[in-house]
Amino acid sequence: MDEGTKYFLQLLISGLAVGSLYALVALGFVLIYKATNILNFAHGEVMMIGGLVCYLLLTAFSIPFIWATLITLVFALFFGFLTERVILRPMIGQPIFAVVMITIGLSIFLRSLSGIVFGHHNKIFPSPFSETPINFKGLVLSHTHIWIMIISALLVLMLALFFKYSRTGLSMRGVANDQDTAMLMGISVKRVFALTWGLAFAIAAVAGIFLSNVMVLNIGLSLVAIKAFPAVILGGLESVPGAIIGGLTIGVLETIVGGYLDDMMPGAKELTAFVVLFLVLMVRPYGLFGKSEIERV
Amino acid sequence: MRSKTFRESYREDIKVFQTLWVKLWLTTFVAFLLSVPLWADPYVIYMINLAGVSVIAAMGLNILTGFTGQISLGHSAFVALGAYTSAILATRLGLPFWLCIPAGGGVAAFFGILLGFPCLRLKGLYLAMATMSFGVVIEYTVTHWESMTMGVRGISMPKASLLGISLGDDARFFYVILAFVLLLTLAAKNLVRTRVGRAFVAIRDRDIAAEVIGVNLTQYKVISFAISSFYGGVAGGLYSYYMGYLHPENFTILLSIEYIAMIIIGGMGSILGAIFGGIFLTVIPDVIKAFAELLGQHLPFLQGRYDEEWNIATFGALIMLFLIVEPTGLNGIWGRIKTCFKNWPFTY
Repeated sequence: MDEGTKYFLQLLISGLAVGSLYALVALGFVLIYKATNILNFAHGEVMMIGGLVCYLLLTAFSIPFIWATLITLVFALFFGFLTERVILRPMIGQPIFAVVMITIGLSIFLRSLSGIVFGHHNKIFPSPFSETPINFKGLVLSHTHIWIMIISALLVLMLALFFKYSRTGLSMRGVANDQDTAMLMGISVKRVFALTWGLAFAIAAVAGIFLSNVMVLNIGLSLVAIKAFPAVILGGLESVPGAIIGGLTIGVLETIVGGYLDDMMPGAKELTAFVVLFLVLMVRPYGLFGKSEIERV
Repeated sequence: MRSKTFRESYREDIKVFQTLWVKLWLTTFVAFLLSVPLWADPYVIYMINLAGVSVIAAMGLNILTGFTGQISLGHSAFVALGAYTSAILATRLGLPFWLCIPAGGGVAAFFGILLGFPCLRLKGLYLAMATMSFGVVIEYTVTHWESMTMGVRGISMPKASLLGISLGDDARFFYVILAFVLLLTLAAKNLVRTRVGRAFVAIRDRDIAAEVIGVNLTQYKVISFAISSFYGGVAGGLYSYYMGYLHPENFTILLSIEYIAMIIIGGMGSILGAIFGGIFLTVIPDVIKAFAELLGQHLPFLQGRYDEEWNIATFGALIMLFLIVEPTGLNGIWGRIKTCFKNWPFTY
């Protein structure tokens, strides 16, 4: 293997690792969008809070990693219920603008509140995974990234099964399709909404915990969610597999562009995802796997 | 109780100044504003100037978002474009300020049209995403195109001057900002009562119906983008002259959200709302600061904990509160108070 190919393969693998993170984040967006037709702009902040709570449990209370994760998940679940009840439920039936704006308001509120409560310094997350990277014929990948890939794959499988076969999953899809009809079929729309937000927040917390393993844990962690928007849009807002494929594509593209162009054009890496987002919106707004809404205006 | 407000024609109904009294009060108010630099504290003048810049930018966003119903999360990009255009023209080419500020608005409007065309197909959520990514792209460009924008080192601006008179100090620049605010407010007020303004509202309320009755969606959406970004650009130009120093960090997505907060809190789809919102959000950080200090005196663990984050958290909380409790914003509250007094003592 010559140097050039090796560099490319290394970029590809790192890209897949980053992409699986985006995919994990994108899953949370898709879950909420599928059931409630809301894109939650505060998702990144929930992730960050998940990471911070887990960090607090690990360091201040020295609880083992598994238990800390579980407690964080339960916390996120109830946080989701609370958010739905207090902020989203009054917005049922409001125009889409109001709903988008309220999640944006929630996002900046949560971000600054965590800044006030947890402080702005960088925190070092006590990683439960082995520090030494795996070396395969000169290509390097860390243990954490492998775990992220496994967890993302598992979550996708579980969500796909959940939406396809479980009663709750089916009622979520029903509500997403038509709220009135779902109500007539005896589905409690309110309960479905609450459950969706709880579940999505729990997934966000999982993503947050893994993210704080590979990135610096501070308030800036929430910005990863903004990077995951291109992934969701590319894959299609309603599609679980789309979120995974979109996430991986964006991750690989970004890393490869960064690897080859960053010397010539500083900032090219950060820009890639948004240029892709813009192009996708121009050409195929509903993404690769999304439902196209045909409307002639 | 006010009486004799029968309107006999449509023309009367859409008049900018409804009655003689309104004219009188507005003249008094403008005269009062003109006298402000003569007696006010320098800090008050500084705050009014900042509020004026915010009012112009918020008014632009309100035309696009409030009247035309197109969500924009990239308004800070247009403000940045205006600010940097003015700054570059002023420092590199040495153009006078009365040329630089409209030029900033013009360049912003040009980019607004550029963004408007591809965004015609998008609505709601997708439009929010597209404008947001436009904002991010502009922010990165401003930060990284160092040969043009000086990147993170920032640009220092020369002082504005007109006919050999320096407008450098706050009190003099106050009149410049006031002139722009009055002019642009009058323009916006007139715009929304003409065919163009009515077309905007029609697009917001039901775009298909608007198209059916003969509103050219392409044309009017692009016009709305252009006007909105022109206002943003002018606000940016004024900002760069007033602050005397430009840094990319001033134009992040947070600024866009701040403008959104202004129009939500002030009142969507009303000129007065943008004015209320711009003033309110400029003043509120000081109120929070005073409140935090007061709290700190009584609760020792809060002492000295105040920082910028408190303001942003309050903005977020206010956005949520107004959307849930008072979707018409401060303008709606103002309208209710006015009606209450107007009908007194027969309020029911």
